[in-house]
Amino acid sequence: MSNTSRFVASAVVVLALASVLAFVASHRKAGPTGAAQEAAAPAASVAAPAPRPAVAVVPAGSGLDAIRRGAELDKEIAPPPMARVENTDIRRNRAYPMQPPTIPHSIDNYQIDRNSNRCMLCHARANADKFQAPPVSVTHYMDRDDQFLATISPRRYFCNQCHVVQTDAQPLVANGFKDIDTVLSEPNKAN
Amino acid sequence: MWAWMKRCLLVFWHTLRRPSVHYSLGFLTLGGFLAGVLFWGAFNTALEATNTERFCTSCHEMRDNVFQELKTTIHYSNRSGVRATCPDCHVPHNWTDKIARKMQASKEVWGKIFGTIDTREKFLDERLVLAEHEWARLKANDSLECRNCHNYASMDLTRQSPRSASIHKRWLGTGEKTCIDCHKGIAHHLPDMKGIPQG
Ligand code: HEC
Ligand code: HEC
Ligand code: HEC
Ligand code: HEC
Ligand code: HEC
Repeated sequence: MSNTSRFVASAVVVLALASVLAFVASHRKAGPTGAAQEAAAPAASVAAPAPRPAVAVVPAGSGLDAIRRGAELDKEIAPPPMARVENTDIRRNRAYPMQPPTIPHSIDNYQIDRNSNRCMLCHARANADKFQAPPVSVTHYMDRDDQFLATISPRRYFCNQCHVVQTDAQPLVANGFKDIDTVLSEPNKAN
Repeated sequence: MWAWMKRCLLVFWHTLRRPSVHYSLGFLTLGGFLAGVLFWGAFNTALEATNTERFCTSCHEMRDNVFQELKTTIHYSNRSGVRATCPDCHVPHNWTDKIARKMQASKEVWGKIFGTIDTREKFLDERLVLAEHEWARLKANDSLECRNCHNYASMDLTRQSPRSASIHKRWLGTGEKTCIDCHKGIAHHLPDMKGIPQG
């Protein structure tokens, strides 16, 4: 063999070897090392259950034991189905004029922190036209001395302090609240 | 030492210049072709290997910051079990764009080696800059990576919440806005957004 051909032959061999090495290396990377991470991933952990008709989970007369749903202390009972957030986009009545309205839409993964306030994307005064959401009322711009601030007041920044979503869970404790209209329209028992 | 290297280089050069004596042109062409195929295969395999979430999250900068945040979102776990991985959103599918993005991403790897983002604090300081690159890219390509999976034409607006449906019809249907205009922070926590228009 001449110098030339020896050289060319070895060049080809080196190239081929390099490719094979790269190939193997990349496969190893994709191989067993990844398995650990795979195991750490939740297996569809929060798969929502199929919708079920809402059923009362509180046995009648169980009183304060509502949280254990009447079960004896040493008994394990099956957990009730997970409640789902109502996402109907239909605004609800307020029970009294100063009530923070409940949120008629889901707020999953909305970021509210120092960096960003997702709620104000839609509920800001300046974005009402874009998203057709009711802008926060003027009280949200007031500080505690009733001064109007240019931006949302710090004490109203964390919306979920006052506004909450509603779920289809059955109430554990009955609610006997009557709003003022009901009270006013009741026949006056005193007379 | 230098003389030896020079000699080697000279031999190499002469060899390259001289026509082959013993092997036929056919053999050389075929050999070259095979070597080429092998090289190309290895290159693309290496490319594919770096195009997985495992690779992206193999360095702690990505694992401890963005990956942890992704885990709580719908693109990590949802009712249909379809996942979006890092490259799904960050690496273009067509080849030229892919290579361009890879070279750009090498800069972030560079950033790792030289410690630009090697602590949580440094990462947070750099975060806005990194995010702005992504927004600019997605804005420029009309959110192509999102649309690889989400197609407006295939969205059944009647199955969306009324809020989503009306907004999509108004802004997406008319082409006035693109996904990233409204869906910033869909996969990671947002950096300080003061002065950055959303929506
Ligand atoms: C994508 C835009 C958008 C975002 C983000 C958003 N909302 Fe809304 N919100 C709306 C719209 C639109 C309505 C009107 C009813 C509807 O369509 O759901 C509404 C209604 C409301 C109402 C009811 C108002 C009333 O008078 O009954 C409250 C309270 C509310 N949102 C609070 C919030 C809070 C708190 C957040 C953040 C956690 C938030 N919203 C985030 C769009 C949004
Ligand atoms: C301290 C409690 C509190 C916080 C925090 C708060 N709100 Fe309210 N919000 C209220 C109350 C009370 C009302 C009803 C009376 C009123 O308008 O002030 C209300 C009303 C609203 C309304 C209905 C306005 C209207 O004119 O119908 C919207 C929308 C709203 N809030 C959104 C928000 C958003 C978005 C945030 C977060 C940026 C927020 N709120 C933070 C208490 C709060
Ligand atoms: C690999 C495919 C894929 C890519 C790429 C992708 N998504 Fe998704 N996306 C999904 C899947 C799957 C779901 C969950 C569908 C379900 O089960 O409801 C989803 C859900 C969503 C949701 C619904 C969130 C919610 O809470 O309901 C939004 C918004 C969204 N994606 C936006 C985006 C945006 C913006 C991008 C581009 C930056 C993007 N997606 C890229 C697959 C993808
Ligand atoms: C003009 C703003 C806007 C644009 C542009 C936009 N979206 Fe949305 N999208 C919204 C809003 C607002 C919602 C309401 C829910 C929320 O914010 O969580 C939503 C909800 C969604 C949902 C959940 C739907 C549901 O009801 O389950 C998906 C999926 C989604 N968007 C994907 C996309 C994709 C993909 C694009 C680009 C092709 C896009 N969006 C462009 C504003 C927008
Ligand atoms: C659903 C699409 C999607 C997926 C999946 C995704 N990203 Fe992102 N990523 C984005 C968008 C959009 C941005 C732009 C910033 C923002 O809006 O949060 C971004 C920004 C980033 C940034 C810049 C810094 C920052 O947080 O803004 C890094 C780094 C990053 N992604 C890494 C990753 C890694 C690593 C993974 C996989 C673990 C991943 N991304 C998965 C969409 C995605």
